[in-house]
Amino acid sequence: MFVLIAVLGASAAAWAGAQYASRALTDSSQQQHADALVAQVTAAAPTVEYPPSRDALDQLRAAVGPHALAVYQDAQSASGIFIAQDGLITSDLRDAVANATAPGGTFTQRVMVEDTPWVVIGAPVMLTAPDGTRSPSGVEVYRAQDLSPVDADIDALTRAAIGTSALVLPVAVLLALLASRTVLAPVRRLRTTARRLADGDLNARTHPRGVDELAQLTSTVNEMAESLQQSMVSMARIQDDARRFAADVSHELRTPLSTLTAAVEVLDDAFQHRSAPHPGTDASTSTDTDAAQESARMALVETRRLVRLVEDIMEIARFDAGTAAMRLEPTDLLALARDCVRSRGWTQDVTLTSPEGADLVVQADRRRLDVVLANLVGNARRHGAPPVRIAFSAAPDAVEVTVADSGPGIGEDVLPRIFTRFYKADAARTRSHGSGLGLAIAWENTALHGGSLTAANTPDGGAQFTMWLPRAGSTPEGEER
Amino acid sequence: MTSVLLIEDDPLVRRSLELALGRYGYTMITAATGENGLSRFTEEAPDIVVLDLMLPGIDGFEVCRRLRLDSQAPIIMLTARTDDLDVVGGLEAGADDYVVKPVQPAVLDARIRAVLRRAVSDLDGVRSHGSLRIDTESLTVTLGGAPVPMTPTELRLLLTLSRSPGRVFSRQQLLEEVWGHGYLGDSRLVDNGIMRLRAKIEDDPAHPEYVQTVRGFGYRFGPV
Repeated sequence: MFVLIAVLGASAAAWAGAQYASRALTDSSQQQHADALVAQVTAAAPTVEYPPSRDALDQLRAAVGPHALAVYQDAQSASGIFIAQDGLITSDLRDAVANATAPGGTFTQRVMVEDTPWVVIGAPVMLTAPDGTRSPSGVEVYRAQDLSPVDADIDALTRAAIGTSALVLPVAVLLALLASRTVLAPVRRLRTTARRLADGDLNARTHPRGVDELAQLTSTVNEMAESLQQSMVSMARIQDDARRFAADVSHELRTPLSTLTAAVEVLDDAFQHRSAPHPGTDASTSTDTDAAQESARMALVETRRLVRLVEDIMEIARFDAGTAAMRLEPTDLLALARDCVRSRGWTQDVTLTSPEGADLVVQADRRRLDVVLANLVGNARRHGAPPVRIAFSAAPDAVEVTVADSGPGIGEDVLPRIFTRFYKADAARTRSHGSGLGLAIAWENTALHGGSLTAANTPDGGAQFTMWLPRAGSTPEGEER
Repeated sequence: MTSVLLIEDDPLVRRSLELALGRYGYTMITAATGENGLSRFTEEAPDIVVLDLMLPGIDGFEVCRRLRLDSQAPIIMLTARTDDLDVVGGLEAGADDYVVKPVQPAVLDARIRAVLRRAVSDLDGVRSHGSLRIDTESLTVTLGGAPVPMTPTELRLLLTLSRSPGRVFSRQQLLEEVWGHGYLGDSRLVDNGIMRLRAKIEDDPAHPEYVQTVRGFGYRFGPV
């Protein structure tokens, strides 16, 4: 396509050049003859008396050239082509010359005489009065000029143009091919890349070359692909997380339901036996009762767990849906921690330390922070060992709360995943007391306050959780975990 | 009395199932880990194993594989995950059947009895096909004279298919006859059972001689 355009362009340019040159040549030749005629008439006019005699007309005609005609009313003097050929002067030309009023004006007419191009130029002879005004004398002078030499020139020019075109054309084609290599090839590469991207191959890239617009476009496409790839990766991760979460929820719900299903069947069986004992079974009433009692206890424990698990899952679902509501109010963290510990009867195991006179008031949702603290302290009591130390430190724009225990600390392999939903440090997934969502919920609650929750080990080995809360209780800017 | 080894790590699930299955007349043996389960199996030689897949230490799949190394005792998997990977993985590891938690003890009892059921046999003596000999009275199989150890499920599958050589059985028919499942059964049980059976009796399981696949319909014994 590009090559075709280039070839057409080159040919058109050569042709247009030839046309332009030929017209210019014709025009300048006509002008030359016209100028000559005016000069001759002007030179000869003063010597002519008026009204002109036959001799005067001959004289005037002779002064103009070999093919000339001088006319005054009915009298005329002709030479050359004007004798051989009648009607060379069209009536249009004749009228134009006869009616001319301005001095120095010439009129031209091209005619063909036996396949030869001629130009006829006419000019009126003007009279100059003593006061300087000029008026037509009634004498008209015509001169004819053979244009074949000019046409020959034009032919030569056209031939030259064709020759040049023929010579230049391969060069032009070559140049076009070269241009298509250097300009079109990158465009083609870019197009291939775009198509691959569209087909889902997000690794497709084009290496940008040079500094032109194309290189910029290439860079932009690469950047687009990059960000597309990144968002696909994070989408895939979110999807992965969601799938794993769904599978975990299913597992976590099915386990207590297994106990319940079995325990309830035993209970039901036991009650039916009591009302109508099976003749075939030799199970004694006392083992029946024992089994029923144990099953009832297990059903109760599992029901409580199930309720708690469902509540936690609902809470997580609210975080994920972004519908977790915040009720911010000025909250003294020291007072909140004291209430949290006291209301759960943990006072014996927990020490609270805060700098003298420190301002520990932040904008916060009390219920949510109570959940966070209860979870951290509960974890510390369960997995770590007492005493649990809660310490505070105040900064102008934030307050930090640390919860540290005296236990064995958190394994290095566990630390990065400690806030993962349903992640349990004991690989067995054996259910402990919690739902496996406590730390995940604590993390979400802190993030909701625009704060952060991190886990580490203290130098003397215990686990330490640090909650950092901005005083403003603002919404977080980023929620990267 | 039929003895059942229940390998389940969650104490409440373990205990509640132990109590519930006990009421169906089974002698219950329990283990909380895979390792403990394997040693209990060796000690007690239970008739059947009910195995949770998600276990601390060695997981259920591995327990299954190790049990199958030298035992033909039926294994029923317990799974709390509905992903197919669990089911397929367990069946490939050699489990005979599976149930999804929460399972009703009555259903588990039915599955246990179905898996343990004596092979249906017409007691028509010895069926001989090529180098394969199936003794329908002693319920033994030999291949080229060498005895082929078989799980009850594999034996039932082979007896059912070889009862009518050349007849095509659909997966559904096999599910009902061999596994005692209703119409909602999982045809992967059949495919995995066939796979394990072929591994035992075919020279080249990829080009089976005895148990042929009839694409789109099911399976057929021979003709040899």
